[in-house]
Amino acid sequence: MQAPTYFWEDIDPGFEIETAHHKATTEEIIEFAQEFDPQPFHLDAEAAKDSLLGGLCASGWHICSLSMRLVYDALISKCAAQGSPGIEEVRWRKPLFVEDTVRVKVSVLEKRSSASKPGIGLIRWQWEMLNQNDETISLLTCWIMMSKRPQQMDATSEETA
Amino acid sequence: MPWFEDVKIGTSSELGSYTFTQEEIIAFGKKFDPQPFHVDPEAAAQTHFGGIIASGWHTCSIWMKLMVANRAGDTVEEEPDEDGRTPPRGGPSPGVLDIRWKKPVRPGDTISYRTEVVEKIDLKSRPNIGILRSLNTGTNQNGETVITFLGQGLVERKNPFVSTK
Repeated sequence: MQAPTYFWEDIDPGFEIETAHHKATTEEIIEFAQEFDPQPFHLDAEAAKDSLLGGLCASGWHICSLSMRLVYDALISKCAAQGSPGIEEVRWRKPLFVEDTVRVKVSVLEKRSSASKPGIGLIRWQWEMLNQNDETISLLTCWIMMSKRPQQMDATSEETA
Repeated sequence: MPWFEDVKIGTSSELGSYTFTQEEIIAFGKKFDPQPFHVDPEAAAQTHFGGIIASGWHTCSIWMKLMVANRAGDTVEEEPDEDGRTPPRGGPSPGVLDIRWKKPVRPGDTISYRTEVVEKIDLKSRPNIGILRSLNTGTNQNGETVITFLGQGLVERKNPFVSTK
C-alpha cells in the first residue's frame, strides 16, 4: 500500500474537491435494486413512469454507495482514513435517473481530535451529488476518522539532539 | 400501508435477520467502498478494526432489502375505505438522519433489524402528506447494537392537514 498523501493535519475546513463524473446506466441501477431495493421505480422503466418519482431511478442507498465510491477514488484512497462513526444527515433531493451524469462536491466543514482514540482525528464534511444540470441529487453530512501524521521523526530528532 | 392519520407512534416490526458472508462484504467493498478494511483480509488485520468489516453502506442497504421484503409480505392489498379510496402505498423518502455505525459487522455476523415509528410530522407546506419518522436498529447475534438511524417516509393523508394556529 502507498503511504497516504493526506493525514488529519492536512485537511482543514474550507478544503474542497470535486470527484470524477459518472454516467449512471440502466444496468447498474437495476442490478443494485435487485439485490437491495427491489421497488418498481428502481427496477422497471414502464412501472417507474407511473410512480411519484416519474421514471427509472437509483435507490437512495445506491446514491449513497455511489457517492462513497466517487469520493473514495478522488480523495479517501489518498487519505489515512480509519472509517466513519456515522452520518448526521442524508437528504435525497432529486431522483438520480438513468443516463444522468453525476459528480460529488466535497466540502470540509470542521475538524477535531478524537477524545478516546489517540492518534486519530475527526473531520466533518459535506458530500453534494450534482447532476449534469448542476441540480443537487443528494446531500450527506458526515464524519470520517483519520490518522494523525506519525510523530517518530520528531522523536528521533529529539533523541539525537 | 395505512393513511398517515392512522399510523400509531410506537408501532414496531421485526424485519428479519441477515448473515453477512465474507464474500459479500468484499464484493460490496470492491464495488463501492474499497478501503482496505472492507476488501483485504490481511491489510484489514493491521487496522484498528483487526479484520474485515462490512461497509456501513452495505449494512444500510441490507436494512432496505429486509424492509422491502417485509412490505411485500403484507399479505393482502388494503381494503378501500368507505368512500372508495385505497389507502396509500409507501412513499419515497426525503432522507435519513443520524446513522450511527456503533460496532463493526464482521463476516459471519447475523444482524437482526427492527423498525419503530417514533414521530409524525405535519407539513403545512404540503397538507396532503406527512412525514413518518422511524427508529431503525440492527443487532448482532451477541445482542450488540451495530447500527441505528432515523428513517423518514412521506405518507399520504386521508384528509388535508389544517393548521390550528
